[in-house]
Amino acid sequence: MKYVDEFRNEEQASILSEKIKRATKHPWRIMEVCGGQTHTIMQYGLPDLLPKEIELLHGPGCPVCVTGLEVIDKAIAIAGCENVIFCSYGDMLRVPGSKADLFDVKAAGGDVRIVYSPLDCLKIAAENPDKRVVFFAIGFETTAPANAMAVKQAKRMHLDNFFLLVSHVTVPPVIRGLMDFPDNLVQGFLGPGHVCSVMGWSPYEELCERYKIPIVVTGFEPIDILEGILRVVIQLESGTSFVENQYSRVVTKDGNAAAQAILDEVFVVCDQNWRGLGTIPNSGYKLSPDYAAHDADLAFSTTAEPICESKICISGDILKGVKKPKDCPAFGIECTPEHPLGATMVSSEGTCAAYFRYGRLEVSV
Amino acid sequence: MCLAIPGMVESIFEKDGLKMSKINFGGIRRTACLEYTPEAKTGDYVLVHVGFALSVIDEEEALRTLSAISFTEKAAELSYAGDDQ
Repeated sequence: MKYVDEFRNEEQASILSEKIKRATKHPWRIMEVCGGQTHTIMQYGLPDLLPKEIELLHGPGCPVCVTGLEVIDKAIAIAGCENVIFCSYGDMLRVPGSKADLFDVKAAGGDVRIVYSPLDCLKIAAENPDKRVVFFAIGFETTAPANAMAVKQAKRMHLDNFFLLVSHVTVPPVIRGLMDFPDNLVQGFLGPGHVCSVMGWSPYEELCERYKIPIVVTGFEPIDILEGILRVVIQLESGTSFVENQYSRVVTKDGNAAAQAILDEVFVVCDQNWRGLGTIPNSGYKLSPDYAAHDADLAFSTTAEPICESKICISGDILKGVKKPKDCPAFGIECTPEHPLGATMVSSEGTCAAYFRYGRLEVSV
Repeated sequence: MCLAIPGMVESIFEKDGLKMSKINFGGIRRTACLEYTPEAKTGDYVLVHVGFALSVIDEEEALRTLSAISFTEKAAELSYAGDDQ
């Protein structure tokens, strides 16, 4: 496939591996922000192509992992209501709430449907005027424009039975949160390529200046990741800290203006609770008052269950890059992708799930 | 979740007031919304995430990224060869 195969080329990967080895003179800890990047790193065994001085830390950029447990519980409660069709991306269905998951609701007779795009829900809403259709709108800035367009279109088409249950998260505030964390280990970042396709790379300049840290906006194929690492290493070795754009075939400085305009129209910035990390100021989106009629949070009054997280799980420390899955006594024993205890095992893009799937217990040798 | 896949715009049409397209992902065809990439033309490659094209892929930049990897390697080899002498 064009723009995929050539960025998985083995020869190019060897060249980059050699260049990284030559460029590296000191030990460095680099965090890839996105769960998709973590997945590529583990799937292609990229740590084996790096010198021992480079340690990759896996970041919090998996929205399925970091969606608050109270939001999952709310989704499960709404999905169990009479005359509701609850729509979601497939990977949210098996995320455990305090007592159950969305698959349990479906098994008990609830109408829970997996959709490819939030626009699919509009068709469902039009075909089922006597039902309330709720879409589980989670994700980073990459996913938010699709949800924004769906609710804008619902308003335009007077689909009053369409609702969004919104729990969006945004990347720059969580980078700030990680850098302000007293035990922070991160010295350079591979920035979130697809988030930046929407928002551009300019929001990251302020972070580089403030924390004196290099951020290289990076794609998701193995060649992208290796080149991103090379550029971070070159900056770290030379003591510079600015934004670079490795993913220039997709990302521009200012991003997608049309998508940003609709985000501004449909959403307002809010504080957000990140599973495993806690509340981070101004790190999320919620629906603006203009779209209150489509806000599932307002339309459904559900009783909040007491939150019940595993006491053994160390996913918060894993999301901060302080610990690895091997440091957890439950990893692969009590906690597996089929029975996840916490944030980083619940999604295939989570760090623990990637380690479990690709059998890698050690990243650095 | 932020998975996005490059595909080629095969046809463009309108549905319910939205600019839509049929996209070919290496033989698999899906519909995607072009509201965020109104400049996309038939034959362009776009990056699609949850049914929305988020950017038109810049071929020149893709080639530049790939050629820079090998080019600078050759330049580096020349310079190492120079060091040996």
